[in-house]
Amino acid sequence: MLSKEVNDLLTVKKASKLFKDGAAGFKDITFTVQKGEIIGILGTSGCGKSTLLRVLSGLDQSDSGTIHLGGEGQRGAGVIFQEPRLMPWLSVEDNVLFGFKNPSKYRSQAAHYLSLVGLSEFSRALPRDLSGGMAQRTAIARALAAKPSVLLLDEPFSALDAFTKMQLQDLLLDIWQEEKTTMVMVTHDIDEALHVCDRILVMSGQPGEIAAEIKISQPKPRSRSDLTLTAHKEKIFSILQDSNAGLQKYSVR
Amino acid sequence: MKNKLNLIGLGLILPVLLITIWEAAARFGLIESYLLPAPSTVVVSVVEMAQDGSLWTHVSITLYRVGAGFLIGTAAALLIGAAVGYFKQAERLLDPILQAFRSIPSLAWVPLFLLWMGIGEPSKVTLIAVGVFFPVYLNIVSGIQGVDRKLIEVGKVYNFNSLQLVRRIILPASLPSFLVGIRSGLGLGWMFVVAAELLGASEGLGYLLVLGQNTSSPELIIASIILFAGLGKGTDSLLKGIESRSLRWQDNLQNAK
Ligand SMILES: Nc1ncnc2c1ncn2[C@@H]1O[C@H](COP(=O)(O)OP(=O)(O)OP(=O)(O)O)[C@@H](O)[C@H]1O
Ligand SMILES: [Mg+2]
Repeated sequence: MLSKEVNDLLTVKKASKLFKDGAAGFKDITFTVQKGEIIGILGTSGCGKSTLLRVLSGLDQSDSGTIHLGGEGQRGAGVIFQEPRLMPWLSVEDNVLFGFKNPSKYRSQAAHYLSLVGLSEFSRALPRDLSGGMAQRTAIARALAAKPSVLLLDEPFSALDAFTKMQLQDLLLDIWQEEKTTMVMVTHDIDEALHVCDRILVMSGQPGEIAAEIKISQPKPRSRSDLTLTAHKEKIFSILQDSNAGLQKYSVR
Repeated sequence: MKNKLNLIGLGLILPVLLITIWEAAARFGLIESYLLPAPSTVVVSVVEMAQDGSLWTHVSITLYRVGAGFLIGTAAALLIGAAVGYFKQAERLLDPILQAFRSIPSLAWVPLFLLWMGIGEPSKVTLIAVGVFFPVYLNIVSGIQGVDRKLIEVGKVYNFNSLQLVRRIILPASLPSFLVGIRSGLGLGWMFVVAAELLGASEGLGYLLVLGQNTSSPELIIASIILFAGLGKGTDSLLKGIESRSLRWQDNLQNAK
């Protein structure tokens, strides 16, 4: 019991944030994330996943409930957005070191993370010369370089083509193997969640609540054609469909 | 490269033709020389002024006035524009009154400045600074307000304070619009230096215009106009050079070769 609590890195208790007089946002969200875990958040569009992630990252405040981020020192959360959000006037390397007060002291750190994402040769390039996948990899290196205690990802690969997407999912897993980074990832893609995550929270409703929590115990890396994953997929799919049907009934009325 | 030469060559055809016709018309007495002297006469008068040193006096005092007015106007616009663009309260406080001042045609200030500061340098420099201020101010404010909120959020994730946000995201992101502002500010600076020197000066290119009118020497007027054009174009090219060097990162048509 004690050791379990020591491992809790992120604790969210009855957190709510509501918009439009309580008709949107999320409410009563409770979960914990342990050190080194990868959590997936799935849910229908508009159920408050991005809002939840913004609250976790500190960009927005929750209306009620508590959020506690542990971990050593003052290191906060790192965020990877759906778009790379690179500074167009900085080189790839300077973008990776964007969070540092005097970047010139940390060149070797940048080099490490750039090689981790396979962009060593592009350290001097400008963002306008990168492909979408390369730009997103730069954003990943930038988030990692600050050594955040938890990495928050909001549909990080949804703007990429299927092949690049799979490559980056595997990259994320390689990074996890190497650094044991704790991650919370919002996604629309059930296969992505099943491939990458240790635990999946399924949200539904408006405002969104956690409808189910699914533990994926297969060790990573997983085969994309694993049959046990298919069973999970069907379950998640039916939960999402139910909540969607409920929503439609609601909006017709 | 060859293409570029072609482009310049094409642009030169009309001016060269025009000057030739003008010279010929003046030589054959088709236009009265007391109205429009031949281009060669204009060149001669410029060379004469260069030889007796008066050219340098006039050019340098005019450059000084534009330079001083431009620097003061730009600095004021940078400070006030940054505050107005960044702080909502500063915008509510300052923007209405600045917009009101902006609607005053700047030349209407001339009598007041002359009354307050006399006919010397301060009134001229102030007038030019006022002219430079507004385009720079407007561009800085719109530049800062147009900075992508998504980029600012990246800084917030790293817990940047306001100063860091301004220095590391907002200023570089609004640089393009700032540079557009100072280029049009400089253009207005040149316009206002003419006004200031026409209205009372004993030196400067604008004074040459008055002198040329009073002594019926059109070659002085034309020489002065040409010098204004050359200096204006030269200083603008300087800014343009700075602009394209510092905006190499921009992903736009100009950078697509
Ligand atoms: N700042 C805001 N003000 C008002 N309403 C908001 C605000 N931010 C989000 N909302 C509303 O909250 C709801 C949830 O938005 P959110 O972006 O969190 O959904 P999501 O689950 O991420 O959806 P998607 O899967 O489409 O990205 C939406 O209906 C949205 O309109
Ligand atoms: Mg979203």
